[in-house]
Amino acid sequence: MKPSLLWVAAFGAVLILLPQVIGSAYYVNLCSQILIAAILASSLNILVGFGGLTSLGHAAYAGTAAYFTVYLSAHAGFGYLAGAVMAVAGTTAMALLFGLLALRASGLGFLMITLALGQILWGIAYRWVSLTGGDNGLGGFTRPQPFGIDLADPAAFYYFALVVFGLALFAIHRFMHSPFGQSLQGTRDQPRRMSALGYNVRSIQLLSFVYAGFWGAVAGLLYAYYHQFVSPHVLHLTTSAETLLMVIAGGAGTLFGPVVGAALVVILKNVASAYIARWMMLLGAVFVAIVLFMPDGLVPGVSRLFRRFRNTRRTAMKNTEPDAAALPPTLGKRSA
Amino acid sequence: MNTAVLEIAGLNRFFGGLPAVQNVTLKVEAGERRLLLGPNGAGKTTLFNLIAGDLKPSSGTISLFGRDVTKLRTDQRTQCGVARTYQIITLFAKQTLAHNVVLSLLGLRKRRWNPFADLGAETALWERAREVLALVGLGHAADRPVLETSYGERRRLEIAMALAQDPKILLLDEPLAGLSADERFEVQRLLERIPRDVTIVMIEHDMDVALAFADRITVLQRGQIVVEGTRAEVVADPKTREVYLGH
Repeated sequence: MKPSLLWVAAFGAVLILLPQVIGSAYYVNLCSQILIAAILASSLNILVGFGGLTSLGHAAYAGTAAYFTVYLSAHAGFGYLAGAVMAVAGTTAMALLFGLLALRASGLGFLMITLALGQILWGIAYRWVSLTGGDNGLGGFTRPQPFGIDLADPAAFYYFALVVFGLALFAIHRFMHSPFGQSLQGTRDQPRRMSALGYNVRSIQLLSFVYAGFWGAVAGLLYAYYHQFVSPHVLHLTTSAETLLMVIAGGAGTLFGPVVGAALVVILKNVASAYIARWMMLLGAVFVAIVLFMPDGLVPGVSRLFRRFRNTRRTAMKNTEPDAAALPPTLGKRSA
Repeated sequence: MNTAVLEIAGLNRFFGGLPAVQNVTLKVEAGERRLLLGPNGAGKTTLFNLIAGDLKPSSGTISLFGRDVTKLRTDQRTQCGVARTYQIITLFAKQTLAHNVVLSLLGLRKRRWNPFADLGAETALWERAREVLALVGLGHAADRPVLETSYGERRRLEIAMALAQDPKILLLDEPLAGLSADERFEVQRLLERIPRDVTIVMIEHDMDVALAFADRITVLQRGQIVVEGTRAEVVADPKTREVYLGH
């Protein structure tokens, strides 16, 4: 427990000092983008990683919240706070409706329904020009100034995003180890056993779906503040697919996997695209390599490598035969 | 004492056109040990799945503790006091034995809905889980992941998870399947120690153990009840021999 807490503290310190070290506004902005993507990926991880529910429509929540907040605050005359609260609440309510529809199916059916619902929203954003501005999107939105802090400054916005990111990660960390989170992970592994143990599997999945939608909406809020503009692009299938890629590449079901995945995708997208026109191919190649060499994602893969390295060093230092108890068990086949 | 814990009336279940359970009517009294016998494919496990709620009947009713539960979901029936084990072991393989039992204990508690608390800090649950594991002789293995345990240990964990819930009725689906002679003996002792306020319905092919354990026996064939009665009645009935040995 202690060493992991140290790691988190070190990680946090690096994140806090980052703008001072980097200096350049471009890279500070890039870090803000990573944080926003990380919140969205972490929220999808609730479904994919802990619930085993692979969704290909998670952009729906970020996109809807982004549209809502821009529309309400910049065009309907609500304040920033009221707009933000209504956007998150409305999007969370939509997640409840979508969850009710999508959870009627499981596996591939679930994936297809989430995809279809996402596409419907994209269609609305694209076609309902009078409300959404169509392809031109909705603009005329500026960043808020909470407590007199001007978020137009890149470093200030970075810290704002960092605070929200910290809250999101802390909440998801608590969720992961909570009775409810552990129940969700149980329904992922043995749904039938879970209902025989008295758990209402559907309700657990639905509530988790809504919770994932809530954090997705929070990410969408930050997205709108960051870009000060929203267009159908945020609701597009590629946004959903990229988010899913972040979760899987980083390590579904781990706390930091989606964060690492988000950093990887955003950096590749922004940095590599400056040098290579076909950066998508590079992203594809990196993803294939991850799937081949670390099928459960970067975070579990690297930590396994690290552990193996430490173990071999320890045994080499002791210069003794490995302890019999530490050998992999020969008894007990994998249960089906 | 004369109340039926489980009452099944006119129960049918078809898979496509195939009748898996046909017109089954059954009554199990409180505290009884009931054995379900029958060749493979007789519908024993289907009957269990119908009682537990994993399957919905094509027609007929199931009552538990005097209440019609035919329309209730599996988890709702569990909340009423049903617990079961599986013929095919169904456990959380990567988790420790203690974690498996904790999930079982948590299933009947309101706290299972809490998304902020730390499950690891629920000391009362973990202590109770260790007690239950000690009861089935797995106290020493509480912190081992299921993947690193033997088949016999997993069978006992199945039973521990069911017992942890203090059920009023326990459905045991072949609790001795695949065990060595020593392990069988241990599980048999374990089952004998279960207090009489728990009603037990068991499917088992090990006749020595099963016959010694049962008060009453129901013999099924092709989804239908062929013989039912006390141990002596069923053993003496020529139809029992017919089911097991053919003509």
